[in-house]
Amino acid sequence: MIETYFIQFTYIAAAAAFVLSLKWLSHPTTARRGVRVGELGMLLAIVGTLVHHEIVSYQWILVGFVLGSLIGLPLAVFMPMTHVPQRTALSHAFGALAAALVGTAEYYLHTDKLTTFTMAALSLEVILGFLTTTGSLMAFGKLQDLLPSRPLVYRGQNVVNLSLFAVAVATAVYLVLNPARSELFPVVAALSLLFGVLLIIPIGGADMPTVISLLNSYAGLSAAAMGFVLDNKLLIVAGALDGSSGFILSVIMCRAMNRSFTNVLFGGFGQVQMAAGAAEQRPVRSASPEEAAQILEAAASVIVVPGYGMAVAQAQHKVRELYDLLTRRGVDVKFAIHPVAGRMPGHMNVLLAEADIPYDRLTEMEEINPDFPRTDVALVIGANDVTNPAARHDQTSPIYGMPILDVDKARTVMVIKRSLSPGFAGIDNELYYMDKTMMLFGDAKSFVGDLVKELAGARTPA
Amino acid sequence: MPSNLESQLFVFLLATFVGFEVIRRVSPLLHTPLMSLTNAISAISLVGSIVIAGAEKSQLSLILGTIAVVCSTANVVGGFVITDRMLKMFKKREPGK
Repeated sequence: MIETYFIQFTYIAAAAAFVLSLKWLSHPTTARRGVRVGELGMLLAIVGTLVHHEIVSYQWILVGFVLGSLIGLPLAVFMPMTHVPQRTALSHAFGALAAALVGTAEYYLHTDKLTTFTMAALSLEVILGFLTTTGSLMAFGKLQDLLPSRPLVYRGQNVVNLSLFAVAVATAVYLVLNPARSELFPVVAALSLLFGVLLIIPIGGADMPTVISLLNSYAGLSAAAMGFVLDNKLLIVAGALDGSSGFILSVIMCRAMNRSFTNVLFGGFGQVQMAAGAAEQRPVRSASPEEAAQILEAAASVIVVPGYGMAVAQAQHKVRELYDLLTRRGVDVKFAIHPVAGRMPGHMNVLLAEADIPYDRLTEMEEINPDFPRTDVALVIGANDVTNPAARHDQTSPIYGMPILDVDKARTVMVIKRSLSPGFAGIDNELYYMDKTMMLFGDAKSFVGDLVKELAGARTPA
Repeated sequence: MPSNLESQLFVFLLATFVGFEVIRRVSPLLHTPLMSLTNAISAISLVGSIVIAGAEKSQLSLILGTIAVVCSTANVVGGFVITDRMLKMFKKREPGK
């Protein structure tokens, strides 16, 4: 009895700690406290669970702890910040796999005792768990460049995917009504695993922020479903928190691209652009680091617009040097962060914070857009579609209606880019052909490095 | 069971609302740490895995439970550590700079 009370106490305390943890995360000044209290809650819950009366041996639990820490710790400590999206995808896979496996074990332990409701929750747990596992692994593969990050599409893909999913759900429903038909359980598991793969294959790199958020939500929901199966309210709470967080983030991401969930999942962003591929050769104005540096030097205000290209080139530290040099000359430098810049929500903020750029210089889209017309130079580093003015006026453009950063309204626009090739969405960017745009061709890191050299050299030695 | 079901759905509903309200307030600045923190928190599925692995009711449940403990532990440990690592980097401008 006392043991039950102890466990319940630790679980309630842990649930409170998790809510507080997320609450404190809302602001950078209190965020680290949020992590502390989250850790405390987790510790309490684990200690509480270890006294559970069903546990007869700690041997394999200990093995799991050690192995898990050996996997988790290096991934957290040594992972470069540019690789955070990959790590996140991987951790969604781990979380979902754990939920799916616990569901599987529960099913085979209690096959004949499962009520309809428990079996329904268990099916949900297993389907979401397995599809999120393979889906997240696919996302990981795409982010890590193990798999092509462009969308892989074929004719009839949506029909295949949806019918596969329908078969999986139908089998699960049959299993819910007849839990004893255990030969069907592996079928549900296998179809879910396969569906996870097929669901992510057609999704391109630019849609990763939405997809990662959605997988985050699924992983949380499968944990919550596990709470229903085990009648564990702490799991329900934690899963619901994770699920709603992922859901909110995916809604924000979708809104930032002016697309719907169905469009992201079944739209195949890459296919539409075949028509737009035949763009005519238009002249662009390219400039050298010297010319660009001179203009930056004379500017009073600069807005830097970072994108995935900055992350790929690992240019964030050079950008910081540029920021320092310009700020020291009295130039007002700000950063404009589009919600879907990079490969996951908040990706750019983490990279720029890593490079020691103060977070009060990082501004959101709605906040900074009114500033562009008053800005001397907008410096675009590795961002493309989120700056394309076609989204505002060209109704034939695939990105029409997507909220963009009004880079084109700045007095001068500089774009650092490897070549004129179109971005991940494959759409030509009319920003590049404007009279006030200077194209700075080259690798983001080395070009910003050259700018830094120019600016540092021009300065009179103090 | 039905009474359990009712309280479970209650908890789920309320936790979802709390989640929406709390998470809506998180600044977009911190969306990446948010995702890694919620990921660490939902690795609380570790408690379910522990019971399965420790109860040793069948060979299958022991194997599945142990793998589940490995996966969730990796998320618990890794999730909190990397979230803190990220948050440590968010600094305000030093005064006078």
